[in-house]
Amino acid sequence: MAQEEVDKAITGEYNLGFEIDIEQDTVPPGLNEDVIKYISNKKDEPEWMLELRLKAYKKWLTMKEPTWGKVEYEPIDYNSISYFSAPKEGIDSLDEVDPKILEAYDKLGIPLEEQKQLAGVKVAVDAVVDSVSVKTTYSEELKKHGVIFCSISEAIKDYPELVKKYMFSVVPMADNFFAALNSAVFTDGTFVYIPKGVRCPMELSTYFRINALNTGQFERTLIVADEGSYVSYNEGCSAPTRDENQLHAAVVELVAMKDAEIKYSTIQNWYPGDEDGKGGIYNFVTKRGICEGDNSKISWTQVETGSSITWKYPSCVLKGDNSVGEFYSVAVTTLAQQADTGTKMIHLGKNTSSTIISKGISAMKGQNTYRGLVKIGANAEGARNYSECDSLLIGSHCGAHTFPYLESKDSIGQVEHEATTTKISDEQLFYLRQRGINEEDAVSMIVHGFCKEVFSQLPMEYAVEARALLELTLEGSVG
Amino acid sequence: MSKVLKIKDLKAKIGEKDILKGLNLELEEGKVHAIMGPNGAGKSTLSKAIVGHYDVEITDGDIVYKDKSIKENEPEERALEGLFLSFQNPVEIPGVNNAYFLRTAVNAKRKHEGKEELNAAEFLREMKSKIEELGMKKELINRSLNEGFSGGEKKRNEILQMMMLEPDVIILDEIDSGLDIDALRAVSEGINKMKDGKRSFLVITHYSRILDYIKPDYIHVLKDGQIVHTGGPELVEKLEKEGYESLGSL
Repeated sequence: MAQEEVDKAITGEYNLGFEIDIEQDTVPPGLNEDVIKYISNKKDEPEWMLELRLKAYKKWLTMKEPTWGKVEYEPIDYNSISYFSAPKEGIDSLDEVDPKILEAYDKLGIPLEEQKQLAGVKVAVDAVVDSVSVKTTYSEELKKHGVIFCSISEAIKDYPELVKKYMFSVVPMADNFFAALNSAVFTDGTFVYIPKGVRCPMELSTYFRINALNTGQFERTLIVADEGSYVSYNEGCSAPTRDENQLHAAVVELVAMKDAEIKYSTIQNWYPGDEDGKGGIYNFVTKRGICEGDNSKISWTQVETGSSITWKYPSCVLKGDNSVGEFYSVAVTTLAQQADTGTKMIHLGKNTSSTIISKGISAMKGQNTYRGLVKIGANAEGARNYSECDSLLIGSHCGAHTFPYLESKDSIGQVEHEATTTKISDEQLFYLRQRGINEEDAVSMIVHGFCKEVFSQLPMEYAVEARALLELTLEGSVG
Repeated sequence: MSKVLKIKDLKAKIGEKDILKGLNLELEEGKVHAIMGPNGAGKSTLSKAIVGHYDVEITDGDIVYKDKSIKENEPEERALEGLFLSFQNPVEIPGVNNAYFLRTAVNAKRKHEGKEELNAAEFLREMKSKIEELGMKKELINRSLNEGFSGGEKKRNEILQMMMLEPDVIILDEIDSGLDIDALRAVSEGINKMKDGKRSFLVITHYSRILDYIKPDYIHVLKDGQIVHTGGPELVEKLEKEGYESLGSL
C-alpha cells in the first residue's frame, strides 16, 4: 500500500487544544530564590516547606540536565519559563469556580459537579489548572471513610506530619535534575492517604490542564496506602495547541505499606506538537513507588499518546517480602513525537515479583524507546521478573528501540525477557479489507489487538476513554 | 448462462515483473471453475488481481464483475459486493478476537446491503452452528485471529468466514495445501454446501486432489500468464497423466 495512504490513515487530530479564556495571575518568567519564595507565599506554606524548596533549588543549580535519553530537542531556557500561574477567580467551592473552567472541564469530559458521574460511576476528581488545584470533588464523602483526598497544597497545611514523613521518601529531592527542579518549584498536585484496612470506596483521579502561555507545570503527587488498604487512582491531562514548547516536570511518589495495594493509571494526552515537531509538551516525569511492607503491591498502567517528548519511567522498589510490582504501558508516537519510557523494578525483598508489559506504537515520524531496568538485590531470594516489550511500526519513517538492562546479584532470581518488533503488515491490513472492513477500521482493529493486554488493566471507564483516544490519535481522517 | 466475472485481456505485474500477459477468463453463475497450472504460472497473481491486492499493478485489460469494471475499486468495496478470497496462507493478527473480527465483517456486509446488523447473541448462535458443521474446535472462537492456529484450523477458519459472509464469487487459493485427509473432507463439505446454483467458485490449485472433493464444471489451464486451455472435468485426468507440457502452447 502506498505510504501516503498509511499516513493519511493515521493522522489523528488533537481536539483538546482549546484555550480557556480566563484571567490569570502569572509570575514573570525566570527562576531564582525570590520566585520560589513567591510560590511558597502564594500557597501560604509553612516555613519548613519553603526551606525544603530552597534546599532543592540549591541542589538543582549544581546538577546537569540528563542527556542519556534517546530524544532530541533544543536546549530548554529555564529562565524563559514562568513558574506560577493561577486562575484569578475563586477556588474552594464549586460556586466560586469560574464558569469558564467548569465549561472547559465539561468539554474535556471530566465532571466537576458531584451529581455528574463518569460513565455512571462515582469518581472523585481533583482538577488542577496550571499551578493550582481549582476543585476537589467528593472530599467530604471520602473523609467519612477516613480517606484523605485533597490538593498537595492543602495537605502541606492540614496534614504536615504525613507530608513531612513521606514527601521525598521515595523520590529524594535531588534524585535527578527534573525531580530537583520539581522539588523547588512544585505548585500543585494531589495528596491521598488511605488509612489501615480501608478499601477506597471510589476511583480517585486528578485531571491536569495546562492553560497559560509560557508556563511550566510542576505537579507533585503523593499517595500513601496504609496497611491492608486499597486504592485505584487515575490521572489525565491535556493542553492547548501552541507553537511553543511547554515544560511539564512532575513527581509522583507512592507508598504501599504491608498488605496494601495501589493501582495507578495514567492517560497522558498532552498536546503533541505538529508533524514538523513544532510545539508540544516536554513531559519529563519521575514516578516511583515503594512496596514498603510485606505482600504489598503497586501497579502502574500508562497510556501515553500525547507530548512532543516523553521521558518517564514509573518504577517500583520492592522492599517488602512477597511484594509485587507491575508496569503496563502503551506508548504511541506519531507526528514527530519522541518517547523514551519504561520502568525500573528494584527487587530487594524475598520472593518479590514483577511484570513488565510494554507496547510501543510508532507512526509517521514518531520515535519510541523502551528503557527498562530489572535489578535484583543480594537478599532478594526467589525474585522473579517477566518482561515483554513489543513494538508496532506503522509506515516506514518511524522507529522503535529497546534497551533492557538487568542487574542481578542473586543467581536464584528468575528473569525472563521477550521483545518483538512487528510492522503493521500490508498482509494483515489486506486480510481485513478483503473481508469488507474498511482501511481505517482495519488499522484500528490491529492496533487495539496489539494493546489489549494493557487496556485490560485499566478501570473500565478509563479503558473506554483510552480506546477512544487511541482511535483519535491514530486513525483520524481516512475518507 | 450469465457471466458473473469477466477477465478481459488482463496484463499485470508485481514489482517490475510481468506476470499476467493478456489473460482471458469468464466465470459462469452457479458453476465451479478450476484453474490449474504449474508453479509460477500466475495463479496467485490472478486471484490477487481480482480482489485488489496492492502488490498487483494492472497495466492493461479489465476485470468486470456483475457488469461493472472493478479494477479501480478498493479491496473492501469488492468484498462488500460479494467477492471472497480464501487465502493460501491466512495471516495471524494478535489480540484481535476471532468472533469480534468476524462479526465486524458480517455486519459491514449487512450494512452495505441495507440489512440490520446482527447483535452478539444472534451472531454467536449462527457462528456456533457453522463451527459444528465444520468440526472446528469451539475455543477457536475466542482466540486471536489465526494466531497459533494449525494449518488445518486456519483453512477451516477461512471456510467459516466464507459461510458467514455468504459471498457470490468465491476464490479458493490452494485450499487443500497443508490439510490432512479429515480436514480436507470437512473443508470440502463446507464448500459443497455453499453451492446453490447461483454462487460461483474459482478453485485455484496446483494438484488435482481437491477436485476429487469439489467437482469442477470447467478446467482452465494457466501457463505463463495466460489461459492456454479450457475444457471439462475430463481434462483433470489427462493432466494427471501427461502433465502440463502435453497441452503445448496456444
